[in-house]
Amino acid sequence: MINMFGEKKAEHLNLLANLYYRYRKFIRAIQIYLILAGPGILVMVADNDAGGITTYAATGAKFGYDLIWFLVLLGPIAYFVQEMTVRLGAVTKHGHAEAIFSAFGWFWGWFSFLDLSLVNWLTLITEFIGMTAAMSIFGIPPLLTVIAVILIMAFMVIQGRYWTWEKIALVFAALNLIYVPLAFMVHPDFNHVINTGIIPHFPGGFTATLFFFLMANIGTTIAPWMIFFQQSSVVDKGMKEKDIPFGKFDTAIGAMSTVLVAIFIIIVTGTVLPGTNVDSAAQAARTLIDKYSYLGGAMLAIGLFDAGLLGAICISLSSSWAFGEVFGWAHSLNHKIREAPWFYGIYFFALITAGAVVLIPGAPLVLITLFVQVIAVTLLPAAMVFLILLLNNEEIMGHYKNTMLQNIISWGTVIMIIILSTLYGLSVIFPQMFGV
Amino acid sequence: MANIGETRKGIKALTDNIGFVRQVKEINKKYATPKIKMTPMVKIALFILRVYLIVLVLLLGYKFFTLINGGIL
Repeated sequence: MINMFGEKKAEHLNLLANLYYRYRKFIRAIQIYLILAGPGILVMVADNDAGGITTYAATGAKFGYDLIWFLVLLGPIAYFVQEMTVRLGAVTKHGHAEAIFSAFGWFWGWFSFLDLSLVNWLTLITEFIGMTAAMSIFGIPPLLTVIAVILIMAFMVIQGRYWTWEKIALVFAALNLIYVPLAFMVHPDFNHVINTGIIPHFPGGFTATLFFFLMANIGTTIAPWMIFFQQSSVVDKGMKEKDIPFGKFDTAIGAMSTVLVAIFIIIVTGTVLPGTNVDSAAQAARTLIDKYSYLGGAMLAIGLFDAGLLGAICISLSSSWAFGEVFGWAHSLNHKIREAPWFYGIYFFALITAGAVVLIPGAPLVLITLFVQVIAVTLLPAAMVFLILLLNNEEIMGHYKNTMLQNIISWGTVIMIIILSTLYGLSVIFPQMFGV
Repeated sequence: MANIGETRKGIKALTDNIGFVRQVKEINKKYATPKIKMTPMVKIALFILRVYLIVLVLLLGYKFFTLINGGIL
């Protein structure tokens, strides 16, 4: 009897010890994740840049809630592409530009590097276009906005610590969630949102306009700079092979956040501006002020500014990292400006020149925006094919190389993105071909 | 012919002395040989990529000339 009682007590103690061990392990895992979190969330949230916000706002205004299901599908696609950069960066300790030079030789290296530099600089201009347009709603002149942005971005890097830069950037990323309360403020019928948005269908049939919008949404979900940025960021953060699961989790959280924000933007414009043709997010914000409330429009404008800022932060860094990797300059945010003058020089040069273009009276800003989409199409397939080929190389990746299932998913995703982004690029160059 | 040879030598000497050009040459030398194992999959993927980019550049060129002829640019 005593033995039985003793055994039961021991069992309970064992169970408690086991539970406590699991709890400690769980807390430890969260602590490690909080240290390692950053690159995945930042790249994914920055993906909702000024151009992205415009695309989602236009999609919601044009098709209401009907295309929410499509955005839900884009989340895993973005995840599968980006998690490969985590593995590649953690295993090789090289950024994507350097990895391409090393693996495929100087021809493909220069092609990717020059294409990335050009497309990044042009995209940076579009971020400034978004930010200045957003701030003009509050009566702030473009010159002041450009100067303020450059000062904010200078302050972020001047500390010479990756950690500081990342945490400030994460605060801006959190501000991207402003669209969530905004969506609740416009009082959408959530039953209607779920009923029309979740089940896959093509509103009004598979028309040329719908196809254009689907392609535009894909184009904003995966961009070449994202591949280069996350891999360099993983390297700069010093992530190792053992950190890969946390990096993947970080990317998954980021992918969910980006989809969530996109959905809430669609809910906002789908509720307040249904059937409206939206050319830019700033225009949507102005219309929201006129048709709904000042606060609603102001929140959309703040979100647009934040999205442009976050995009500018990540894009300018992806260029600086690529330059540093290729030319062998010191290229870490852990360096002070005097220790890595070229790295920061490129960062500020890209920022100042892109900001200056927006200030030129009569600059062809619409043409630049379209040009970005076309040039991105020339780089995206190359960057993605190189990524998969590198991930399949056992000499480089060891046992972190792609498995059969990962290859099926990643090749399928890449082929689909290449086809659709190419069609999108072509539809921008030859709109009559698609009847847009 | 000798003149062309001398001009080439002159250009080479000039470019060698410019830091940036020298750096680019060093990078090209460093990455002259691709390190990735050229398996059939790699070869096919790179070949398709070249064809894709050539077609895309031709299309962009065509569009550019159409715009020039149309007087838009």
